[in-house]
Amino acid sequence: MKYRLNSLIHKQIFIPIAALLVLTLFNLIMDPSFFAITLGTNNVGKAVLTGNLITILDNASELVILAIGMTLVTSASGGQDISVGAGIAIAGSVMLRILCGPEGTADVVKAPVIVAFLACCVVSMLFGAFNGILVAYFKIQPMVATLILFTAGRSIAAWINENRLPVINDPTFAYYGNYIPGVVLPTPVFIAIICVAAIFLILKFTNMGLYSQAVGINPHSSRLNGIDPAVIKLITYVLLGLCVAVAGFIKVSRISSINYSVVAKDIEMDAILAVALGGNPLGGGKFNMAASILGAYVIQFLTTTLFKYNVDSTALPAYKAVVVIILVVLSAPVVREKINRSVKTLKSKKAVKEA
Amino acid sequence: MDKAKIKKGGLSDTNLLLLITIVVFFLMYALAVAFLGQGFLKPQTFFNILNENAALIILSCGMSLVMITGGIDISVGTLTALVCMSCAVLLDFKGGNVTTAVFLALGIGIAYGIVQGFLIAYLNIQPFIVSLAGLFFAKGMTTIVNATQFNVENEEFKALKAIRVYVPGMGSINKKGIYVPAYVEPGVIIALVVVILLFVILKWTKLGRGFYAIGGNQQSASMLGINVKRTKFCAYLMCSVLAGIGGFVYFMHVGSGSPSHAAGAEMNAIASSIIGGTMLTGGVGNIVGTFFGVLSLSTIKNIVSSMGLDESWWTNITVAAMICVFLLVQSLVLRRKAKLNKK
Amino acid sequence: MEKEPILKLRGICKYFPGVRALQDVDFTLRRGEIHALMGENGAGKSTLIKVLTGVYVKDAGEVHIEGHEGSVNIHSPQDAQNLGISTVYQEISLCPNLTVAENMFIGREKSPITNWAKMNKRAGEMLSALDIPASPTMQLGSCSIAIQQMVAIARAVDMECKVLILDEPTSSLDEQEVEKLFKLMRDLREKGVGIIFVTHFLDQVYEVCDRITVLRDGGLVGEYVIEDLPRVELVSKMLGKELDDMAEIKSSESDEEAEAKGDIILEAKGLSSSEGIKPFDFHIRAGEVNGFTGLLGSGRSECVRAIFGADRVTSGTVSVNGKQVKIKKPIDAMKAGIGYLPEDRKRDGIVSELSVRENIILALQVMKGFFKPFSRAKAEAFADEYIKLLEIKTASSDTPIGQLSGGNQQKVILARWLLTNPSYLILDEPTRGIDIGTKIEIQKMALQLAKEGKSVTFISSEIDEMLRTCSRLIVMRDRKVVGELTGSDLTQGKIMSTIAGGDNK
Repeated sequence: MKYRLNSLIHKQIFIPIAALLVLTLFNLIMDPSFFAITLGTNNVGKAVLTGNLITILDNASELVILAIGMTLVTSASGGQDISVGAGIAIAGSVMLRILCGPEGTADVVKAPVIVAFLACCVVSMLFGAFNGILVAYFKIQPMVATLILFTAGRSIAAWINENRLPVINDPTFAYYGNYIPGVVLPTPVFIAIICVAAIFLILKFTNMGLYSQAVGINPHSSRLNGIDPAVIKLITYVLLGLCVAVAGFIKVSRISSINYSVVAKDIEMDAILAVALGGNPLGGGKFNMAASILGAYVIQFLTTTLFKYNVDSTALPAYKAVVVIILVVLSAPVVREKINRSVKTLKSKKAVKEA
Repeated sequence: MDKAKIKKGGLSDTNLLLLITIVVFFLMYALAVAFLGQGFLKPQTFFNILNENAALIILSCGMSLVMITGGIDISVGTLTALVCMSCAVLLDFKGGNVTTAVFLALGIGIAYGIVQGFLIAYLNIQPFIVSLAGLFFAKGMTTIVNATQFNVENEEFKALKAIRVYVPGMGSINKKGIYVPAYVEPGVIIALVVVILLFVILKWTKLGRGFYAIGGNQQSASMLGINVKRTKFCAYLMCSVLAGIGGFVYFMHVGSGSPSHAAGAEMNAIASSIIGGTMLTGGVGNIVGTFFGVLSLSTIKNIVSSMGLDESWWTNITVAAMICVFLLVQSLVLRRKAKLNKK
Repeated sequence: MEKEPILKLRGICKYFPGVRALQDVDFTLRRGEIHALMGENGAGKSTLIKVLTGVYVKDAGEVHIEGHEGSVNIHSPQDAQNLGISTVYQEISLCPNLTVAENMFIGREKSPITNWAKMNKRAGEMLSALDIPASPTMQLGSCSIAIQQMVAIARAVDMECKVLILDEPTSSLDEQEVEKLFKLMRDLREKGVGIIFVTHFLDQVYEVCDRITVLRDGGLVGEYVIEDLPRVELVSKMLGKELDDMAEIKSSESDEEAEAKGDIILEAKGLSSSEGIKPFDFHIRAGEVNGFTGLLGSGRSECVRAIFGADRVTSGTVSVNGKQVKIKKPIDAMKAGIGYLPEDRKRDGIVSELSVRENIILALQVMKGFFKPFSRAKAEAFADEYIKLLEIKTASSDTPIGQLSGGNQQKVILARWLLTNPSYLILDEPTRGIDIGTKIEIQKMALQLAKEGKSVTFISSEIDEMLRTCSRLIVMRDRKVVGELTGSDLTQGKIMSTIAGGDNK
């Protein structure tokens, strides 16, 4: 038993699981009704499941999808993409532009949703490729390279729709971000599940995982084994672009509109935090996709919990920043070494005493 | 090789990029005068650029310092907002006066600098992550201090804010034929003092040269006998303190506290530094260049808005395009240099 | 004329866990002499230098330095500098973005204010006194590597050093630059500085040095005046084979020559790479084991790296089985049936945090393609097969390779390439830094592969190993192929004299 526990503690996924347990315990003690799930009605009067847990699953969807791409980018390039929030604004804007046409509003969508979605995937992947090329071929640090789109992204999004806020009144478009009639769970939950399944299939049926880890750990050695590190880095950024497109799709479908300056604001921080919370080294290399995904849910859990205790949404970043700092300090090699050493001296002192 | 062939001096990376920046600025200003009319010729137009950007100049100077050491600090923008809000609340609700407000601004800067500097220099954590956390912490704290925008009504502060420094010998005649002397706000004086002071520090002190050495090659620097950790710590401390000062200057300019103050200022500061010839890879940069970088950036913004493209997206896209171009130029300059050296 | 000693090391010992890096080494440096410190890899040169510069602390022995009573203790690079010991490393440890003058003075000034005029003036005086063609106000990065190296020396000299250690300063310099450096070294000798010169270039030793101390396997071989030690003898002392031994080895090895009559598997013509090797021709037949030999830095690794496409190829052609192939990247070479076990295991070989299993299948996996990953079962089967075959000692195939010992890491990399079943396998220093038992296993493996009709290129610093495995040796000196030895020429003596080159006085 003791051995099992020990091995679990040393596993990477232990960190998000522990965080999840702490949050669950906190809520159980403070107010067990937090976990209640009831059958209620949504705003169009359909019967759906409601409760904090459903909210968490629902709201975490975009973050989970981004965390998938961010994990790959982190692993291969040893840095993070800070333009994902701006990327969502662009993706959503492209989508609405196609669905609304030049008028900026539509009672019935003007193009099949799938066409708009594919177009927005292509655009997002192109922007991902732009970041990827700067990182892989011009060797600019990832965070600085993505600074360009971070600065311009929301403006590009506004420009695509000529600075109007397009609105779609077609209720079928709202299905993807809310509920499909007759289904009791919100659609984003299913989209997130599909994405998670897709990434696990990709990891199983391609060498994406092996290659990106090898490139992140040792690019020289990877090259001598026939991998092209630059191409792999580029691919991870393009994949992140795809994730951004899906997340953008959900975001605009939720409100059937878009507000460029606030949509997915600060989501890049949460996505990076999800990767870090999953115990993945932010300097690249090994990664654990399941831990990242779990990390994303933990963050949403934290957010929802804070909301419940009336923390203002604008004040949230301060709390999360504290969590980030605690995490990075604990995972800093310098600190780890010190902790290890003091644990060792403690143990030896104990041994001396016992003797 | 005999002595006659020795290159005298030559243009260092720092000076080359500085030269490009200054030339770009004057070209841009000349273009603005040529195509957008006489407005740009009025001294006050130029001084208004300074008035608008005094705080940004100070923030950019701090940013340049850490970039010269090879790091980055993206917390300066929201830190500015936090300083504004804290000072505003202190003045209007907590009965503080201007002196205590100044100390509060400096105190926040120092506290921030110590924490970030310690984490980065002594615990060896990536500067980007630390300052990203710093960014969000300041952002959250600002709304915790006060969630809404309000104008400061403190009389002492209002008097301070209204101070105008007239520039002797400069001015223009307005439509009514009255001579209007050109003026700058006190913040501009502070900004200029900061620029000169940092220029001196970077050029003539052991500490300043240490910044360059670390940015050039951290390992070599430590082998050459430089205390790398302490020097790095100083860079981040100075950057945050400058953000505190810049925050107060910003506060003097706008006279209010708001969570949305100085939004994106960190990106403008980075952009100014890059345009001013500071290399992201560290070791190369110049405070004078940064000063001109800020001026170039705001001139371009002025040009964009004077051209009738005053929708806000155009400025952001122009800024991003400028960063992109200068990043690529730097990347190419570096590559060419590396190739030349190999030969 | 016996000059007075300024530095005396007596009975220096240094141990690392499980390794005896230095055992009872004596070393004497006299005023105004250039003293070469010679030895192959692992001989203990760099350990001795590091003890002297305070990077390592010695475990036993005494260091006497002129002007200090008794034995001195050196605990840090700072201590060494204070005692007047300055070091110039192979990798220039200066800041390329600062000026020449700054690089000479930074980190040493007492005052917090930099006086540029004074600094530039002093630097200018130093540079002209040492006849270094550089201006104090130049940016260091815009100077040639040779000048940078000399600026590092000027810095060291200005710190009033008595002992100047030059650790392979010439490895990245061209001939003219080396000449300039030598002139500077001779000038310093005139000024009474004692110089310790570490290099792998024999020509340079004979051009500039007064004395030679040879180390081997952490022990002292001897100290010689340069006139008393011909090149061949120097090489034999470094490699640990007395000249008398050589005849007998020759007869025992000559029966290998009749082999290697298979078809030509790979042929390279006029190949050169960005790493500065001169264009060379090369071929290998099926069932042949050949080798590149030469001292470290002679370009033997660079040759095979060019064949494998690991460095950027600048000229020449490669044909495999008679057909010309374009090898621009390693994957091209791999697809042509070439495998390459790199020299630097840590940097180029292992992917340290990945498991043994992943490291074993990596190359084959890449060849198989991005969309065709091996199933877990298949990967485990491969890994288990080779762990058993090569007797790799690891807790499981899931263990990260970084946790294995050097020899076992090397076996994993070997397994990686064996798994790809290459028709031509390049083993670059496969036996470096690993235990004797594994060394022999790897040599056997090379011969076994040749018996199966594969071709192998085997590179090693130990001539023994090369003689035991190779039927043809290509000899390199100063990044050039200078000879090819087969059959009855394959003797220690012949190899050494070819490596040594020059006139064997």
